[in-house]
Amino acid sequence: MIIDHPLCGPRDAREFTVLGDAAWMDRPDPAAPDAAEAFHAYACLRANPAGVTRELWWHEHGDRSWLVVTRDTLSHAVLKVELAEDVARASKAAR
Amino acid sequence: MTGARLPEGGLIDRARPLGFTFDGKPFAGFQGDTLASALIASGVRVMGRSFKYHRPRGALTMGSEEPNALVGVGEGPDHEPNVRATTLELREGLRAVSQNRWPSLRFDALALNDLAAPLLGAGFYYKTFMWPATFWERVYEPLIRRAAGPGALSGAPAPGREDRAFAHCDLLVIGAGPAGLAAALAAGRAGLRVIVADEDARPGGRLLAERLEVGGVSGADWAAGAWAELASMAQVRLMSRACVFGVYDGGVYGVLQRTPDGPARNVYWRIHARRAVLAAGATERPVAFPDNDRPGVMLAGAVRALLNRWATLAGRRVTVFAAHDEAWRTAADLAAAGAEVRLVDVREDAPGTAPQGVELVRGGRVTGTRGRLGLTGVRVRDGRGVECWREADILAVSGGWSPAVHLTCHHRGRPVWREDVAAFVPGPDLPPGLSVAGAAAGAVSTAAALCEGDAAGRAAAEALGRAPVRANLPEAEDAPVSAAAFWLVEGVKGRAWVDFQNDVTVKDIRTAEAEGFGAVEHLKRYTTMGMATDQGRVGAVLGLGVLAEITGSGIAETGTTIFRPPYAPVPLAAIAGAHGFRPTRRPPTHGWAEKRGAVFVEVGPWLRAQYFPRPGETGWRQTVDREALAVREAVGFCDVSTLGKIDVQGADAAVFLDRLYANPMLKLPVGRCRYGLMLREDGCVMDDGTVARLAEDHFVVSTTTGGAAGVFRHMEFCRQCLWPDLDVSLVSVTEAWAQTAVAGPRARDLLSRVIEGLDLADEAFPFLACGEGRFEGAPARLFRISYSGELAYEVAVRAGRGERLAEALAAAGADLGATPYGTEAMGVLRIEKGHVAGPELDGRTTPADLGLAKMVSTKKDFIGATLLRREGLADPARPALVGLRPVVAGAGVSPGAHLFAQGAPVDAGHAEGRVTSAAFSPNLGETVALGLLKRGPDRIGERLRAVDPLRGREAMVEVVSPHRIDPEGGRLRA
Repeated sequence: MIIDHPLCGPRDAREFTVLGDAAWMDRPDPAAPDAAEAFHAYACLRANPAGVTRELWWHEHGDRSWLVVTRDTLSHAVLKVELAEDVARASKAAR
Repeated sequence: MTGARLPEGGLIDRARPLGFTFDGKPFAGFQGDTLASALIASGVRVMGRSFKYHRPRGALTMGSEEPNALVGVGEGPDHEPNVRATTLELREGLRAVSQNRWPSLRFDALALNDLAAPLLGAGFYYKTFMWPATFWERVYEPLIRRAAGPGALSGAPAPGREDRAFAHCDLLVIGAGPAGLAAALAAGRAGLRVIVADEDARPGGRLLAERLEVGGVSGADWAAGAWAELASMAQVRLMSRACVFGVYDGGVYGVLQRTPDGPARNVYWRIHARRAVLAAGATERPVAFPDNDRPGVMLAGAVRALLNRWATLAGRRVTVFAAHDEAWRTAADLAAAGAEVRLVDVREDAPGTAPQGVELVRGGRVTGTRGRLGLTGVRVRDGRGVECWREADILAVSGGWSPAVHLTCHHRGRPVWREDVAAFVPGPDLPPGLSVAGAAAGAVSTAAALCEGDAAGRAAAEALGRAPVRANLPEAEDAPVSAAAFWLVEGVKGRAWVDFQNDVTVKDIRTAEAEGFGAVEHLKRYTTMGMATDQGRVGAVLGLGVLAEITGSGIAETGTTIFRPPYAPVPLAAIAGAHGFRPTRRPPTHGWAEKRGAVFVEVGPWLRAQYFPRPGETGWRQTVDREALAVREAVGFCDVSTLGKIDVQGADAAVFLDRLYANPMLKLPVGRCRYGLMLREDGCVMDDGTVARLAEDHFVVSTTTGGAAGVFRHMEFCRQCLWPDLDVSLVSVTEAWAQTAVAGPRARDLLSRVIEGLDLADEAFPFLACGEGRFEGAPARLFRISYSGELAYEVAVRAGRGERLAEALAAAGADLGATPYGTEAMGVLRIEKGHVAGPELDGRTTPADLGLAKMVSTKKDFIGATLLRREGLADPARPALVGLRPVVAGAGVSPGAHLFAQGAPVDAGHAEGRVTSAAFSPNLGETVALGLLKRGPDRIGERLRAVDPLRGREAMVEVVSPHRIDPEGGRLRA
């Protein structure tokens, strides 16, 4: 699999370590009243879609960027690659 | 007469004769020969024995689809079994041996199986070895394994002469016949990055076996010219002897390249290609008639290849048995070379007249053969039904050609029957990016192959945004198509083989059909047809044709099974590689420790000094005891560079670390260290280490050796994905620093002799201080931290100075009793002190389980804070850290033992905990152990049974405090 790294260009997936669902980026607010339930869902519950999924990949043997890779689990096609830092900033700005 | 070399012609280098042996007997061949061609040219016909019936077999083909001629090559650990003689390039001194025979190839005792053939048909195992069930593993299988099957591995460790490699390209061209070369030329001229992978040692594919001209020169010369033009293009890579064996997701192709002249025997390539053209040609099909497996029965195309490429006349008296025009070339070429040729064509209305000097039998059938160790006669039934035996040394058979569709099936595409070419051709569901050209797509003539290949190459260029360059295609043969399929000679008795390698006959197919296994996928499994190492490349389609004849439904309705990787056999050693890319990591003092005679131990990728034996010491325990005592009584030093070291800088570094660790970090003063406890988000302990603040905005944190990579990944995740607004940056500096622990009551005395520029007096540099001094003029970081529980420091110098530091410590501390110690003594010291390590930090323990609850901050958020408060994790009945000592002096306790209350049954349901770490303590004179025990801290003084069923050991233990040495911590603050 080739991941088109926004900074490094197309790289073989072997250079990366996969963490899993990009939902890991949405850490709940520990001060919220439902924090216990929210953290349980955050740490333990994952969708396992047959189709488009967003995943976190780390360019471990490269520039150490975390990437959000959107890909299709049915075709294994990579649809979109973003810098996780950009995604995180944008989501914080949106909040 | 059997095979013989012609005085001239062929693509062999007669100036380079090569000597080799087969089953110990010397032979000679030429550069350019394969083992099979050289053996046939030397008159050898029997090259192996069949899998089940041990029938004598010779080469059926001249390619990688060969089912019969499998041999063993090389000796000792280098021995490689099941090598196809038809693709094995001859080299000087080659030593090949036959397989699956005893005592010899000509006389094989297990040929008795052939007489028992009526009992050994389809479904034989399922019907026969039903009962008793326990006999299968103990009796039947070992017997069958010994009797059947191809060659065996040497059993010795592999010599490690395999390599792996990676490549990327725009277009991968699979096959270097006319279609492949045309595709590569078109794509290469348009500027694409092209890789051409061809199985053969020489480009040209089928052209090498024919007398056809391309562009006015011989096919082989045209191919060589095209190859040379491709080689001159900088962006084209040519790979010969490279078999593309699998198509995987995302445009990844698995390729096995034989590299007889390289340092590796095989190279396993993963090629990532944006597009690919399959131009792998086609495979000829045999025909099912009685005794069609004798040595001397060959495919017509193989006989022609022997003649034209290897200048070898396979036999003087030849019968050609064909169902289509193309095989007439074999008759014509052989007759021209002086053989006595009879052509039996199954078609009454075969067009054309017999080639010069060939006796033509229209509407004929071959109904039998004779000759035990090689063909001597052929029985022919002519168009009027008259049968007679005729002498023959070679029977050249062709039932038609099957396109090499295999790779098109690897994403579950299903080939479809095309009546006009009488073959299964690639279906519409091709792997993404793959197109098919030439004979692999059903094209019959050379001109069509060139044209399709060229079109495929130009289409790839266009699809990838390059302007295709128009070039004239060379002139080539464009004979009209008259392909026909012919499967089975009916109305004769005798066994007719379909799958030669797995010994599947027409009768087996009839049996399977009659017993309800007539669907293609059932047939395959019931008869094992197509399941041998040749993956049914020769026999599978024939079997389907036979099934269609038996059932009376057409071949198109019967359909085909599909193919999985690998296309051709791949040695597992090639996929495993030598060792992969797994470097051994050596700490900075490795060379010094080696000189001191250290014994090393693998710790993950690291090689660490385990202990340092001295002359006269009789066992490892004696050495480790001495080292552990030296630390408690004098001073010892140990390389701890393998611990992960991460440099954390930035205005928000303290905030970042405060969110990361469970204990507070925000107010850690500059010049101080603190133990750091890191949790996962689920509240369990992830790792521990030291956090040292070198400046307001500069920290260096350490991790465990095994956790270094994971912790760094986690920290980068937190920085980039959770808190991108924090001003902090991270660098792993594990390899940059040589870090040495110096521990023991004389540690300060020793260090003050070696380190300058830093006052080490307790008031100036107390417990948990950190600072910078100098070692031989260069910077040295000092951390006053202790893993052993003694007065201790860790000294970090630049990695390149690590050995020098060890030398200096040993020399300066000689009178103080300075002793290097290894990981074993380090383990003893930490267990004595009750410090947790890997066995306790097993990913399931919480801070409270480890007796560290008081460290956890309740005033801040950190990773793991919320879920740590879950009810289950606060349960006081959870196993928690305790010390354990044997009740009987001298008894041992092993890690992994389970803890049971006295009188409780010893089973999983009653275990109350387990021993995690244990070592003999020379300081206490007994075994010291740590364990996790339910309500452990409340059970001090209780006696339990420590049962280790794995090692069959048991000991009575007493629950004690985990801190067996200096529980108040006076020593480390000395």
